Amino acid sequence: MSKLKNLSATTRSNLITYAMVIVLFVVMQSLAATKAISSSTAGLLVPITAYISLAISLNLVVGISGELSLGHAGFMSMGAFTGVIVASMLAEAIPVGWVRLLVSMIVGGMFAGLAGFVVGVPVMRLHGDYLAIVTLAFGEIIKNLLNNLYAGFDASGLHLSMTNAQALGMDGGKIVINGPQGAVGITKLSNFTMGFLLVLFTLFVVLNLVNSRTGRAIMAVRDNRIAAESVGINTTKYRLIAFVVSAALAGMAGALYAQNFSSIVPKKFDFNTSILILVFVVLGGMGNIRGGIIAAIVLTILPEKLRFIGDFRMLMYAIVLIAVMLVTNNRTIQSKIADLRERLRRRGDDQAALAVDAEGGVADE
Amino acid sequence: MGFLTNLINGISLGSVYAIIALGYTMVYGIAKMLNFAHGDVIMVGGYICFVCMNNLGLPVAVSVLLSIVGCTCLGMVVERAAYKPLREAPSLAVLITAIGVSYFLQNSALLIWGADPKVFKSVVDLPSLKFFDGQLVVGPINIVTALTCVLIMVCLTLFTSRTKMGKAMRACSEDKGAAQLMGINVNTTISMVFAIGSGLAAIAGVLLCSTYPTLMPTTGSLPGIKAFTAAVIGGIGSIPGAALGGVLLGIIEIFAKAYIGTQLADAIVFGVLIVMLLIRPAGLLGKEIHEKV
Amino acid sequence: MKIENAVSRRNFLKLSGVVAAGLGLTACGGSGDSGSSSDGAAAAGGDAFLIGGIGPVTGAAAIYGSATKFGAQVAVDEVNAAGTIKMELNWQDDEHDAEKSVNAYNTLKDWGMQILVGTTTTTPCVAVSTETNADRIFELTPSASSVNVIGGEDIGADNPRKDNVFQMCFTDPNQGTASAQYIDEQKLGTKVAIIYNNADAYSTGIYQKFVDEAASKSFEVVSTTTFTDDQTDFSVQVKDAKDNKADLIFLPIYYTPASLILAEAKKQDFAPKFFGVDGMDGILTLEGFDTSLAEGVMLLTPFVATAEDEATQSFDEAYKAAAGSEENPNQFAADAYDCVKAIAQAIETAGITPDMATEEICDALIAQFTDSSFKYSGLTGESSWSTTGEVTKTPKGMVIQNGVYMPLDAE
Repeated sequence: MSKLKNLSATTRSNLITYAMVIVLFVVMQSLAATKAISSSTAGLLVPITAYISLAISLNLVVGISGELSLGHAGFMSMGAFTGVIVASMLAEAIPVGWVRLLVSMIVGGMFAGLAGFVVGVPVMRLHGDYLAIVTLAFGEIIKNLLNNLYAGFDASGLHLSMTNAQALGMDGGKIVINGPQGAVGITKLSNFTMGFLLVLFTLFVVLNLVNSRTGRAIMAVRDNRIAAESVGINTTKYRLIAFVVSAALAGMAGALYAQNFSSIVPKKFDFNTSILILVFVVLGGMGNIRGGIIAAIVLTILPEKLRFIGDFRMLMYAIVLIAVMLVTNNRTIQSKIADLRERLRRRGDDQAALAVDAEGGVADE
Repeated sequence: MGFLTNLINGISLGSVYAIIALGYTMVYGIAKMLNFAHGDVIMVGGYICFVCMNNLGLPVAVSVLLSIVGCTCLGMVVERAAYKPLREAPSLAVLITAIGVSYFLQNSALLIWGADPKVFKSVVDLPSLKFFDGQLVVGPINIVTALTCVLIMVCLTLFTSRTKMGKAMRACSEDKGAAQLMGINVNTTISMVFAIGSGLAAIAGVLLCSTYPTLMPTTGSLPGIKAFTAAVIGGIGSIPGAALGGVLLGIIEIFAKAYIGTQLADAIVFGVLIVMLLIRPAGLLGKEIHEKV
Repeated sequence: MKIENAVSRRNFLKLSGVVAAGLGLTACGGSGDSGSSSDGAAAAGGDAFLIGGIGPVTGAAAIYGSATKFGAQVAVDEVNAAGTIKMELNWQDDEHDAEKSVNAYNTLKDWGMQILVGTTTTTPCVAVSTETNADRIFELTPSASSVNVIGGEDIGADNPRKDNVFQMCFTDPNQGTASAQYIDEQKLGTKVAIIYNNADAYSTGIYQKFVDEAASKSFEVVSTTTFTDDQTDFSVQVKDAKDNKADLIFLPIYYTPASLILAEAKKQDFAPKFFGVDGMDGILTLEGFDTSLAEGVMLLTPFVATAEDEATQSFDEAYKAAAGSEENPNQFAADAYDCVKAIAQAIETAGITPDMATEEICDALIAQFTDSSFKYSGLTGESSWSTTGEVTKTPKGMVIQNGVYMPLDAE
């Protein structure tokens, strides 16, 4: 046990994060297996894992790399649609569901990473709000392109078109993506275990990246770009690494998310979804991976559990969001809470001291 | 002839974006805050004016005035309740709070006025101008919008350069700490900025709904995003930049739709914007901030 | 390291609060929640049928969800007043999003839903219908018109037929084909322009079939332009139609953008004929809309709110009371009303009782709906169904004259 104390603070913190995720998974999985949870909660399990993964990957760009990215949903959609195409095409070649899912997630992640590279190269020339606008622009471009994408495959392979379904020129076969109607007839391959593995993988990649030399370089660039440059760090390279890794992870989460439903449309992956993930990251604390995980879980469950409020549901959600932001960021409120805790603790100490005196013994350490 | 029509349509669409962008840039330039709730204040302005004109039967001028007053008050209340407590917080926290305010305004409007779209009667009730034998049509609202945009731009520039309050705002935007040391009440200044920004939003809302006469709780969000893009293109924090960015965005959008195709118009517009930003990374009229070590 | 400590201390407060809230909420949710918007907890095996409804009551598509919600409510109240069977309606919001719609469906399942009236819009319905199919819950959608909702290779959809899903509304391909045929037969136009929403499955679905059918018709499609959701500027699209001298513009879109197109056409002094589909219905109910702009607009619709017959009039009154507004109901509301009434009729004819298992109810209703003698006469006409899930009823061609719908000349 003393070994635990010898570990550095960061490693301990990381282990706590892993432990939290594993415990939550074990608990929820056993509840789900024994049907002890409602359908509503059961149905949320896979989307929550996807959102957790997205929050962690966005945290890499926003929290660790210090850049505001407003187009994260674009990478999610790249992974989603590529994943769906791949899973469809391999339906006969790989009959085992979870293997197909895994392959589709890997391919989706690769394509999203590639998109991240293509987007990242021009984006990295900018800073601050200008960078934010360009990421937003790329998100919208991706959405518009996917809205016009038609994809199908038949005996002769994969066909793609940007005009309409007829232009695919297919002979029989199956249309996988039908423009704005998106992908229909998706085989629902995703399950909670795969989601959990994705979260673990994302955590593994991000936490190791953060605690490595690359991660320290990224954070140095975030904290003071000019100082970092003067020390010889290639700022563009490191910011690009963070961006591409984040995009790839988002793509994997997108592929998982898409195959949890029988149909998805490009319209879903718009600016509002990017903002949704950003809220998870900021609410959880910038750069705070564990906070992002918790925020993703709570904010996905919250609107569903508020359904009993009826018409005022989304209004309540907005108020809760504002209230939480105020409470967690306002120094006055926080110092008041800190004072309260201090007072309670002191009272507890006093009482313990009194008890010890009464017993006449020496208080334990 | 087609080119001229498209150009005029582009300028009229762009003037609407420009007025919204002016509000954005004012708030950002001075309070250093991306107010994502701006688009929804526009929507509220439209609704107030609609209620005044339709349900209360008030004359147009009074309705517009009430709308401006209403939005200014709304802006100040929101600032006091949601943004002021976060003055010291990181700017992303304020951004998320602004998003919360945006959801709040949209859902409140939904509960108050219902989901059915309202048809907004234009505040300018004049016949269209026709040139070249009816081939070129210019609507009166487009002229009014363009003129209002120029007027606002001029007023804002004069305000920030000549008046005491305006100079205080500029001082706050450059260095809050130093401004405070010079005796400027930073809190009041920032509240004033929000008030002015919200007032501008009301004008933008009235003109937006007069040009495109449908009003729903979600009317403000897309123009808000587009205007934010326009403000950044023009150089965020720069008043003439916002106006220029807005008009340019409108023209690019119309030209892309007309000459390249309506299907990929969005992608093309944003593509052009990206290219422009890559050429001029601080926006068209933005100042290149050289960081000093 | 110091900064890290400060951050983690601040975050600890937040984290504990958030975790507590999260666990509390999860615990609440875990132990059977009754997310019912109607009074009283649901009692499966009680004496009322538990009818679930899903549709967007918030967000950009809130008009359609609200209409279906109130329409269904009016019908449920009437059924209960009639006394033979009892129904209980629980409406859940889906924000026109597939993920939220599936969540709404799961919430309703927890409530004990036995029959689903929904979802209102197409995109969520495709996702939810897969769920109802897997769980064997009977689903009748008032207005989700894509063929992917019901599935079936024989009607050209790329996914298998979900036999428990039926539609009260025409499918998009049928509307597209029927519109092209109608325009051709009635010689409504020779040069046709199309303006459609290429970000919307409904609009694109109708457009695709219209264009397919138009290839064999006598009119020529001279201009095809698109727009995406929330766009309000149509100057380019209308100008394109005008430049190409179109004499009829086909609008397979909803009435909100349609009203903007009409205004734009008037501004450009361009007066072609306009032809819309069932989404155009509601244009006359837009508050403040200058109905003279819609003069001469033609549309295919199964429902006319201003019809003089008693059923429509009493529905109109009841709907206004339920919705608490002076807005006339549109065909979404009428479709939802008809859904509930059709289900009630099927229940009574087949002798289904609420204490039957949900799967049994589903099978019994499927048998009843696909029975060739089953016909339901309602606000949207006389409807019957086949095993494909599509509805068969006569579309009425209407033209707007003096601010009201008038029947178009019969063929």
